[in-house]
Amino acid sequence: MKTFLSVLTVLAAIVAFWYAACVPMNIKGVLDAAERGGAEVMPATSKVRRDMGAFGLVAGNTFAIAQTWEQDRPRLPAPHQVMTELWNTTVMKKVTSKRSLVYHAQVTLNATLLGFVIGTGLGILLAVGIVHSKVMDMSVMPWAIVSQTIPIIALAPMIIVVLYSIGVQGILPKAIISAYLSFFPVVVGMVKGLRSPDAMQLDLLKTYSANTAQGFWKLRLPSSMPYLFTSLKIGIAASLLGAIVGELPTGAVAGLGARLLAGSYYGQTVQIWSALFAAAILAGLLVALLELIEKMVLKRMGMAS
Amino acid sequence: MNTQTTTQAEAQSGAPEAVVEAKNLDLVFPTNDGPVQALKDVNLTINKGDFVSFIGPSGCGKTTFLRVMAALEHPTGGTITVNGMSPDEARKRRAYGYVFQAAGLYPWRTIAKNIKLPLEIMGYSKAEQDKRVEQVLELVELAGFGGKYPWQLSGGMQQRASIARALAFDADILLMDEPFGALDEIVRDHLNEQLLKLWARTNKTIGFVTHSIPEAVYLSTKIVVMSPRPGRITDVIESTLPRERPLDIRDSPEFIDIAHRVREGLRAGHSDD
Repeated sequence: MKTFLSVLTVLAAIVAFWYAACVPMNIKGVLDAAERGGAEVMPATSKVRRDMGAFGLVAGNTFAIAQTWEQDRPRLPAPHQVMTELWNTTVMKKVTSKRSLVYHAQVTLNATLLGFVIGTGLGILLAVGIVHSKVMDMSVMPWAIVSQTIPIIALAPMIIVVLYSIGVQGILPKAIISAYLSFFPVVVGMVKGLRSPDAMQLDLLKTYSANTAQGFWKLRLPSSMPYLFTSLKIGIAASLLGAIVGELPTGAVAGLGARLLAGSYYGQTVQIWSALFAAAILAGLLVALLELIEKMVLKRMGMAS
Repeated sequence: MNTQTTTQAEAQSGAPEAVVEAKNLDLVFPTNDGPVQALKDVNLTINKGDFVSFIGPSGCGKTTFLRVMAALEHPTGGTITVNGMSPDEARKRRAYGYVFQAAGLYPWRTIAKNIKLPLEIMGYSKAEQDKRVEQVLELVELAGFGGKYPWQLSGGMQQRASIARALAFDADILLMDEPFGALDEIVRDHLNEQLLKLWARTNKTIGFVTHSIPEAVYLSTKIVVMSPRPGRITDVIESTLPRERPLDIRDSPEFIDIAHRVREGLRAGHSDD
């Protein structure tokens, strides 16, 4: 109960800070609109106001503070504006509607999950190779690390162009960008996990004259499970990021990335923010789901920490 | 393997049958600080049915020698045979079971499934596996605990389960590397008593590493005293105690005499530092 209250306090502080930040961020727009509407504003012309500090404007026009939280296209939308938009575009819309965030989230989710499956599979295969072959360890690992230093935002358009030119389009290019981001944490985690059995455990198998495959299935793979789940949780979040980034350069018409793009074209900041929140909530749900599976599996395996 | 052991026994009719024979054994580990002589000129014969303890301070090579017998390390000089063959071959023929200091049970397997681990690897049939698990669980007095997970058992019970795992595949030799080192004295006494009973019932040859003098004297028919830098044997004591050993034998003058000799051997080995 005490922790719950503490968490609530932190959350309240964040929201309070957000509301406070809206005031100086949006004050110029509010005053411009008020001037056009014939209200008395200090100073009177937008030309003079442009050169003034935001806090000075707030101090001189305290009547406008409430309006900074109610604009149509604010620079920074207030929390309740974002929440209202989220509510209207999820619960209040049919999920098949092009204006429903659920529809867009599901488009992105499909690419995310496909990419996650490809990336995880690839990551595990690479890790198995790296652990069992010195050559692969020395040749693959450096490239895997280098691959993650390239900004995905620069690489994504190229992947899409190249795949388009060989006739691949639709969900797959997005999934491949997702896989590109999600394979890496899986490789790193699984290499560590598959190497986690200590010398004594490996010696024990040696005394049975066990072969490599038996060592893998009976000892290395089960031992790696805690590491795998940690990697999967990072990987699924990276997958979602990849799918969204994959939607940006294509001018996609559906998906959370498309919502972000459309929002920025038309200055719909509330729409952008609600799409961002939808992405964050989706990532949170996916990670929570994996956490649940992790708890169940590790408990069953007697490895729960 | 059975036919081989019987022919050997016949050939030597009556004389004790050597299970392990080490001659002029040397082992040098290359390390960053230069080579380390882990074993130097080790000569030792272990007979069938012996209970041999290796005792000495850390770095004296007692664990290394056990590992050489198990083909986990390979000597750089001299010869060693186990059941008349090289340690590698002996391992392939399942000559020995090895018990480590930590029980090392897999947390995701039940006790029964843990004991089945070597049996699965060696390709025993399902029915045979079940039968053997029953047998060895009874042997280490853990009957009825097969369905439990390791974390549900005490440290002493876990170590008994790991002994059962080493017994499951009928190896003639049991190699134990400080198996009770991590357990408290009371549990240790109990397990020592049980181990002697188990040895009497199964007639295995046991190699046992320890750094407890009472443990070595209480358990062994032969005590090998070793000293470090370089690792070598300083004394081999044939115990005069009877095979039947109640716990209170440790108060007998004979026991105290042997313990004294072990202590002297250890002190002699230590005189250089």
